[in-house]
Amino acid sequence: MIAFLLILIPLATGLLSFLIREEKTAKAFAFLASLATLAVSLLGLTLMNSESNLQFIAPWMSSLGSSFALKIDGMGQVLCLLTAIAYPLTFLGTWQASPKNANRFFGLMLLAQAGMMGVFLANDALLFYFCWELALIPMYFLASQWGGEKRIAVTFKFFVYTFLGSLLMLIGILYLQSQTPDHSFGLSAFYKLKIPASEQLWLFWLFFVAFAIKMPLFPFHTWQPDTYEQAPTATTMILSGVMVKMGLLGLIRWLMPVLPLASFQWGDVVMILAVIGIIYASLVAIRQDDLKRLIAYSSIAHISLMAAALFAENLSGTQGVMIQLFNHGVNIIGLWIIVEIIERRYGTRKISELGGLAQQAPVMTIFFVVIALANIALPLTNGFAGEFLMFNGLLSAQSNFKVVFTVLAGLGIILAAVYTLNMIRKTFYGEAVSLRVPVTELKLNEQLALGLIVVIILWLGIYPQSMLELTDSFSKEWFSKIDVSYLFRK
Amino acid sequence: MNALIISAVLGVVMMFSGILLKQKSAIRTVAIAGILVLLGMSILDLKGIQLFSIDTREMIVFDHFALVFNTVIFAVVLLYLLLSAPDMEKVGVNYAEYFALIFFILCGAALVTSFKSLLILFLGIEIISIPLYILTGSDKRNLKGNEAALKYFLLGSFSTGLMLMGIALLYGARASFSTVISPAIIPQNMSLLYAGMILLLFAMAFKVSAAPFHFWTPDVYDGAPTVFTSFMATIVKVVVFFGFIRLFDDMFEPQQGQWRLWVTVITAVTLFIGNITAVFQQSVKRMLAYSSIAQAGFMLFALYAMSGDGKEGLMLYTVAYSAATIGIFAVLARMSDYTFDGFNGLAKSQPMVAATLTVFLLSLAGIPLTAGFMAKFYMLKAALGTPGSLWLVIFAVIMAAVSVYYYFRVIQAMYFKEPGDTPHPAFPSFFKGMLLVLAFLVILLGVYPELLLGRLYF
Repeated sequence: MIAFLLILIPLATGLLSFLIREEKTAKAFAFLASLATLAVSLLGLTLMNSESNLQFIAPWMSSLGSSFALKIDGMGQVLCLLTAIAYPLTFLGTWQASPKNANRFFGLMLLAQAGMMGVFLANDALLFYFCWELALIPMYFLASQWGGEKRIAVTFKFFVYTFLGSLLMLIGILYLQSQTPDHSFGLSAFYKLKIPASEQLWLFWLFFVAFAIKMPLFPFHTWQPDTYEQAPTATTMILSGVMVKMGLLGLIRWLMPVLPLASFQWGDVVMILAVIGIIYASLVAIRQDDLKRLIAYSSIAHISLMAAALFAENLSGTQGVMIQLFNHGVNIIGLWIIVEIIERRYGTRKISELGGLAQQAPVMTIFFVVIALANIALPLTNGFAGEFLMFNGLLSAQSNFKVVFTVLAGLGIILAAVYTLNMIRKTFYGEAVSLRVPVTELKLNEQLALGLIVVIILWLGIYPQSMLELTDSFSKEWFSKIDVSYLFRK
Repeated sequence: MNALIISAVLGVVMMFSGILLKQKSAIRTVAIAGILVLLGMSILDLKGIQLFSIDTREMIVFDHFALVFNTVIFAVVLLYLLLSAPDMEKVGVNYAEYFALIFFILCGAALVTSFKSLLILFLGIEIISIPLYILTGSDKRNLKGNEAALKYFLLGSFSTGLMLMGIALLYGARASFSTVISPAIIPQNMSLLYAGMILLLFAMAFKVSAAPFHFWTPDVYDGAPTVFTSFMATIVKVVVFFGFIRLFDDMFEPQQGQWRLWVTVITAVTLFIGNITAVFQQSVKRMLAYSSIAQAGFMLFALYAMSGDGKEGLMLYTVAYSAATIGIFAVLARMSDYTFDGFNGLAKSQPMVAATLTVFLLSLAGIPLTAGFMAKFYMLKAALGTPGSLWLVIFAVIMAAVSVYYYFRVIQAMYFKEPGDTPHPAFPSFFKGMLLVLAFLVILLGVYPELLLGRLYF
């Protein structure tokens, strides 16, 4: 029931939101709806985490071999929690931004949440595909209607990229379905498949391209910086914090356990792409003058590292990815909130036009520094635990080139420190620039949102165990499905 | 059998109603009552109640699949008439004749869906085509319309010639017009059979506007009055498609190895030309013409695969594609500006119309939760069931991604652009209600395709 409610609440409230006339009511309604979802998600995590509550199956398109099957497993818990937390944080952090036609804006935001929840929970390939697209359509409208100057062309590129990827995935899904003995789209039926290696090798790419576009991995990333820059900030938060996780979830749940041989075989290729992405995105980030673009490129580097750790195919790397799925989402939302505040107060996001913010807004500076340090994985922040596990995983990978990959990925961390600290230095310290608006400190809602994020950062930095325990059994089970080392033991 | 005779009678009734009834709304009411009767007759036939029993000597056989298809077609025509019949008044003075011609076309449709003899197929195709030539040129003052009608007539006659030649060759090979394969009919001369088969393939490909036989389509669809373009591009096209598949399913199944390569090439070329050319259009009407070629490419998968999935896909395609296209054309017929810019800012002045148009366009683009997606889904599924078709399928989805470009241009114009100088027309509330019904149907079949497909088997 919990699983179903997690989709139903945002879906129903999203549709209801279209009927609200008052702008303020729409905002408050959406915020309350997101809190309700969060409450349900927390219930599923604590009080009602029995098997029957976390599963939901209803008949749907049975003649095709599909069903409305949802299940919250370990990874599902993490991602649902992230989705559920991200929305109140986003609404709270951007409370001052007042989009035109607020009812439609918040309605679409909530519909996107329903779609993403569906992606994270679906245990049926056709349902997964439906939700995959349903999450995309509201995002497209949000970014195209409320975005920046070049929004129409940019978001359209984003849409076509993702749509093409998902169609290729559809072919893959259809092919797998035709191979199952009882022509079922169920996840468990897919897991039981034993596809011959020669077929796995090409099937892999049908799925991989779809997920790589979504994450995005080099060379499928070109839509991402433009879209993050042009979309309204609240949408960017959700896009970068939650939606990119759809790609990683796809790899973890729908690709690697179903096609383990191909995942092993193509592992090095993916690693190479990921490492190129890390270095390339970090180098580009150093050169950026626009705060939004800088964070966008930094996000590419982080996601690429997670993909690399997944294809290291070991327990440590997997656990690192699990915790990082959550951390990356929370941290990047924190960064966007501050960028949004800066842009609204100072009328610019250009690093070259900013300076000396620390004198004028000390509290904001502290928040920003903490979140930025978490973003570069300093010890005692949440990022550290995740990245440590991932690097540990990379070093014990099966690949012959694991040392090269690890060193290059490590270089990415150093570069991340370069651009992050550089940004802090130029924006918050140094000479103060003349301001267009009188400076005010953070508003209460911003303090609340940022405070909550900092609490999460420190909590998971000091006590990552609480998150790791959640995904422990999932990771082990997952690892047993993708493990192909038996092929080498003779 | 009910529908075949009733539709012919209704055609005559409509001609006389033009003389007897002076009010246009009365004529319209008679027509809508007529299509309701036709729909009812078809349902009766499905239940096994036949009003007429005529011995056709196995030349016409209404099997279950054909009856379901007929019923669906009549239901679509009903929606079409409810939505677009008032717009036909603007075309010319012969209001009643337009309905008469439409009923004659439906009579032809009943033949094309039920033939078991090449002669009946030929008759059906011609009964469909000749009224269409007239409807294309029905706006007598419009030069473009006249040009379109002449073009259509000349090229159509040419393809009819090809078809007759093919039928003659087949008769030469088999000494029978029957499309049924039976031990009594043994092809004597295989090269004659193949030649006839290929000629028939080309002629039918012309009628469904598959490339490279599509050259008439954009000009004819663009030149014809918009209300009739809507009818041509949807109902007529899917009916001929049904006949196309019925012919090859019945008659040429043993020769599948010979014609599949031809169909593969035609499918790929149709998808390519339809989608790529649609991208460059400036007029929404012409874009829809090319889009109809592109969609025909997807429908050809049903022929390509020739399986149960393919037929289910065609059935869904019939409703999904027709409902969406009829809706878009109906709105287009009322617009003053047919270019993409004409739709600028429609969402601000007409939010309801824009929302339903968006549903139709998403359905044509094949986005999930719309019937268009399920239709494409079945087609891809059917094609994948055929060995060695992976490349064609991948090509098709790349083309589907291209199609998003031109469908979304309309959505972008409606929602994200500022309105131009010319105000948008007002839409009556009944019209809006009908659009809502169509949009609801598109979404319903996108979520529960079994509502329709379940009817196919019992």
